[in-house]
Amino acid sequence: MDYTYYPGCSISASAKPYDDSTRAVFEALGMGLHELEDWNCCGATVYMSVKETVSFAISARNLALAEKLGRDVVAPCSACYLVLNKANRFLHELPDLSEKVNDALSAAGLKYEGTVRVRHPLEVLVNDLGVEEITKRATKRLDGIKIAEYYGCQIIRPERTFDDQEFPQTMDQLFAALGAENVYFPMKVRCCGGMLMTTSDEVAMKLCYDLIECAKGNGADCIVTTCPLCHMNLAAYQDRLSRRFGMDLHIPVLWFTELLGIALGLDVKTLGLDHHLEPITDKIMSLAGL
Amino acid sequence: MAEIETPGVLPKRESELREAFLEQVDIVPGGEKLRKCIQCGTCTGSCPVSYAMDLSPREVIARFRAGDIESILKSRTIWICASCYACTVRCPQDIKITDLLYALKRVSMEKKIRRSRSVYALSDAFVRSVKMFGRNWELALLTEFYLRTNPLNLIKMAPLGLRMLRAKRLGIWPERIKGRGDLKKIIERAEQIERPQERVAARAVTDEVGYEAIQP
Repeated sequence: MDYTYYPGCSISASAKPYDDSTRAVFEALGMGLHELEDWNCCGATVYMSVKETVSFAISARNLALAEKLGRDVVAPCSACYLVLNKANRFLHELPDLSEKVNDALSAAGLKYEGTVRVRHPLEVLVNDLGVEEITKRATKRLDGIKIAEYYGCQIIRPERTFDDQEFPQTMDQLFAALGAENVYFPMKVRCCGGMLMTTSDEVAMKLCYDLIECAKGNGADCIVTTCPLCHMNLAAYQDRLSRRFGMDLHIPVLWFTELLGIALGLDVKTLGLDHHLEPITDKIMSLAGL
Repeated sequence: MAEIETPGVLPKRESELREAFLEQVDIVPGGEKLRKCIQCGTCTGSCPVSYAMDLSPREVIARFRAGDIESILKSRTIWICASCYACTVRCPQDIKITDLLYALKRVSMEKKIRRSRSVYALSDAFVRSVKMFGRNWELALLTEFYLRTNPLNLIKMAPLGLRMLRAKRLGIWPERIKGRGDLKKIIERAEQIERPQERVAARAVTDEVGYEAIQP
């Protein structure tokens, strides 16, 4: 099982532990991740509000480069996953647009036929390898850990992808099979505010408060997420949130690959758990072997 | 808000804005479905940030159909949308509300109806980074953003910056791709893309909507 890896800009810097743990988990499970050479920024949600055709064209450059390699693309960042998939869908549904985007690509000697599948690592692990197989290869049980699985928006919306859009279960089933207890967490797909944390922080703070309060209130030891931006919003502002809302809103926020890596027996350094912005509790650290 | 004196006849500025909006809408597959809105309010009820909007998503569609685009473009709403797509997936009429809000954002940016300085500053900085390096250099993006909006926020954000630096999660140098020249050529050509033939079809459909909505 080999895949083309599209890390994306956030993962290369601010969400580095997600990059480290994704690579480590794939390696531990014997699945090949080959980074797409010279990939460019997908344009994120920002370029879509500036000029949509450019957003599609720069995504198409990545897709065209990946198409030559003939493997599925794995994109761990939810925004990259959404943007690349959206570009794929628009180019497929609008032949006229596809022609013009290809004309733009031809300026760089590239062409995109539209055959690349863009997938999320969570879905790849669960569907290509399977929960049963992952459980077999796990060296550690997650017994006694209570988690709130947080899917966020973009891996399940707007495209109908690999899970239910209102009540996704992929992570829940994976971690339950590994022994963890899933707490009641009805906010699985509620928005964290995304870039609003930068442009209208009061609004985003409220959204993050809702999420953390719900997870903590239902007894979670940690929140598990699949997205660099969700992670940043939920993890980086816990001091400010606690002051603003007058309660303790500190909780470890792990990328799902980190928790999965713990179950696979990978160490704290390999997973990047020592590079978190929020305090990681002893309970999680001791589970990880520290 | 624009005055509508004769049903179906839009004031000049409104018609210009409508024209610009339709240019944007025609690029959204299914954009013509605006016509089918039943004003049920599922979008507003599903929106996690509608409480902070001055026009609810449902109202945006109602106003658009009534021919009042200017007030939408001046609203806080289009800049508050976090693009979570909750409305889009729940809409019983399959209207791509998030994409329509994107279309409105683009018109607002193009026509320089400057409502949200912060969003403009962020987009500018982002676009510049992608054009220059081929990737988004987060450190420069946010520094430029805060300098242009409220430099005091740089001080407020400094502790977080230091924590990120200590956690080795701040890219001090930009990552440059080798194909910067290629990417620039692609962007320049894609900026010129226009799709006039589809615009005509979309205009016919949505104009009909405007009439339906304002006729007695």
